[in-house]
Amino acid sequence: MSNSLDSYLVLSGLLFAIGSFGFLARRNAISMLMSIELMLNAVNLAIVAFGSFIEPLKANASVIAIIVMAVAAGEATVGLAIVIAIYRNRRTPLVDEYDAMRQ
Amino acid sequence: MAQLVPLIVALPIAGFAFTALFGRRIQYAYGRPPASLVPVGAIVLTWLIASAVAITSLTGGFGEGGASVTLWRWIPAGTFSIDIGFHVDQLTACLLIVVTTIGMLVHVYSIGYMAHDGGYWRFFAYLNLFMFSMLLLVLADNFLVVFAGWELVGFCSYALIGFWYRRRSAALGAKKAFLVNRVGDVGFALGLAAIWVNTQTLNIHDALERLAKIDATNHGLVVLIALLVFCGAAGKSAQFPLHVWLPDAMEGPTPVSALIHAATMVNAGVYLVARVNPLFGHAPEAMVVVAGIGIFTAILAASIALTQTDIKRVLAYSTLSQLGYMFAALGVGAWTAAIFHLMTHGFFKGLLFLDSGSVIHAVHEEQDMRRMGGLWRKIPITYWTMLVGAVAISGIPPLAGFFSKDEILGSAFKNGFLWVWGVGIVVAGLTAFYMFRLIGLTFWGTSRVDPAVEPNIHESPRSMTAPLVALAIPSAVLGLLIGFPPENGLLAGWLRPVFEGTVKLSGHEESFQLFGIDGALILASVTVAVIGISIAWRLFGVELFNLRRAPDPETVQAVTARAPFLYRASLNKWWFDDLNDLVFIRIGGRVAAACWWFDRVIVDGTVNSIGSVTVVAGRELRRVQTGRVQNYALGIAIGLIVMAGSYLLIVGAPR
Repeated sequence: MSNSLDSYLVLSGLLFAIGSFGFLARRNAISMLMSIELMLNAVNLAIVAFGSFIEPLKANASVIAIIVMAVAAGEATVGLAIVIAIYRNRRTPLVDEYDAMRQ
Repeated sequence: MAQLVPLIVALPIAGFAFTALFGRRIQYAYGRPPASLVPVGAIVLTWLIASAVAITSLTGGFGEGGASVTLWRWIPAGTFSIDIGFHVDQLTACLLIVVTTIGMLVHVYSIGYMAHDGGYWRFFAYLNLFMFSMLLLVLADNFLVVFAGWELVGFCSYALIGFWYRRRSAALGAKKAFLVNRVGDVGFALGLAAIWVNTQTLNIHDALERLAKIDATNHGLVVLIALLVFCGAAGKSAQFPLHVWLPDAMEGPTPVSALIHAATMVNAGVYLVARVNPLFGHAPEAMVVVAGIGIFTAILAASIALTQTDIKRVLAYSTLSQLGYMFAALGVGAWTAAIFHLMTHGFFKGLLFLDSGSVIHAVHEEQDMRRMGGLWRKIPITYWTMLVGAVAISGIPPLAGFFSKDEILGSAFKNGFLWVWGVGIVVAGLTAFYMFRLIGLTFWGTSRVDPAVEPNIHESPRSMTAPLVALAIPSAVLGLLIGFPPENGLLAGWLRPVFEGTVKLSGHEESFQLFGIDGALILASVTVAVIGISIAWRLFGVELFNLRRAPDPETVQAVTARAPFLYRASLNKWWFDDLNDLVFIRIGGRVAAACWWFDRVIVDGTVNSIGSVTVVAGRELRRVQTGRVQNYALGIAIGLIVMAGSYLLIVGAPR
């Protein structure tokens, strides 16, 4: 069990589920960003696992994983900047109070 | 000289603009006469210029084809382009003389006639606008511009019939005139559309040339276009069955009746048909229709005029009848005779209307001839000028009406339209009778005027009697001057270039040699006229030469009792108003109400329910848009799960 593709995929699926639960259920914008990171990394884990267990994917997987990391870094930067900007305006980190579009 | 042509149109519209903008202020600050200074002055100037232009044209100053002035391109839209331009040829010149001379005299007359009216400035503003529109119609070289003038004169007619708009009958008469005219105009507009589609031009000259070529391949189309154009002409010139508006148009002030509804606007239809004479020359079938409707209107209106008691209505039916003559002349191919009658009729009918206005003025706005009588000593100038008009219209030589009417009847006979001649000669007798009935009831016999008004009867002021005298002169001598000898007179020479081609086409030209018949024809029409006058004389009496006693009501009653049906038919205008009432107001009203119901319930109902469905759906769906990021994310997640799950369920897990 310890050295099979399935166990990595189960771990990755669990991480993704935790991440999506966090994204949907947490009200704090920072926590939501962290949940996104969790989901991205769950996907990264799955990709790397595929790469090391399936011979034809070996070279591609690490490249894709690195690209995902770069995108995740960019996303985190921009997301944090937006959250801070909104926080300065609205004085709250809670996303359910960011409802200006509805009015 | 040709450069002056635009001025003929520009001066009246400038006068209109000035009077419309400042007339009211001038009238309240300085009184009524100063308010008429500019509009009347503008028309006098127009008259001078138009006379100069007309004389130049008639003496050959513009050559045979006439002069054209193009001002600017009005509508440049791809292949559809309309120029604002004027064309003056001999036909236009004749119309210019009639329109501006009578227009000028009516303006002068109105200074006195409207002197006690509060809407003085408004009246002159409308008159100027009318002059502009009429001259535009006459001068334009393009069908669309003619149509614009056509509609503008219709509007002016509407505004002036309803000039005393507080009077219900005036407002209704105006509405009736407007609506009935629209019926004809629809035909005219369709005709213009047909001309455009088939010739790719609306320039009158080019369009006529191309239509003549089309005739060789598609004769039916040319006849159709001719009939559509005639439909418009019949509306404006009040020919059967669109004749019902003209008598009701008499609700307007009398100068309006004289100018618009006797001498100028109602001639527009005759002018139009004469203007497009090559088109009708190629469509002999349409010409028979024109002749038939014309002569039918002539006898119909003459028979109604016999029993009317309102002095202006008698003249209105007389106008209908004479217009019918003109159309009959056009229909039988006597183009010159039609324009000749148009000119002489313009003068003597304008005169008769202005005279009737003078009479009405004298007896304090009374129009019923049963409450007149014996006026000839009290208003002599009016009497004598009106007598000139009456003799002229009756066709007694050597006054104007004799020459023009006789030329029409003679041409009808010689061109082989014996039925037109037969009916026409009866109409001539009726005309003489009802005109002298009018004269007899109004001027001869004993006075039946309201005793309260009787001592105040006075001749009209100088500004009114001067135009009467000025119109009486052409009414008397115009026929001899330009129409004698028939077919070789001045007018025939002037108009020859305009109508020559069409006359050749119809093949009537060789009949002009039959000079021997003329004597008999003239004798016949004069005899009929004399008989008509004698009967009127006998019935409505004259103490003038001590030949007869006062009017003889018993004899009149005895005559009417002998033909009660005809009498009632004439009195009730052959029930055309009732027929229209039944067909268009009652039955048509029902149909319209049904259509309205269908539109309101079915058409509007469908549209409205589609509208409310979207409103309700939008209101409900609005709730989905919460504006919260997590709700949207949840939606995405659920959607993803549903899509992936359904893929797995339907396609199955990948192997």
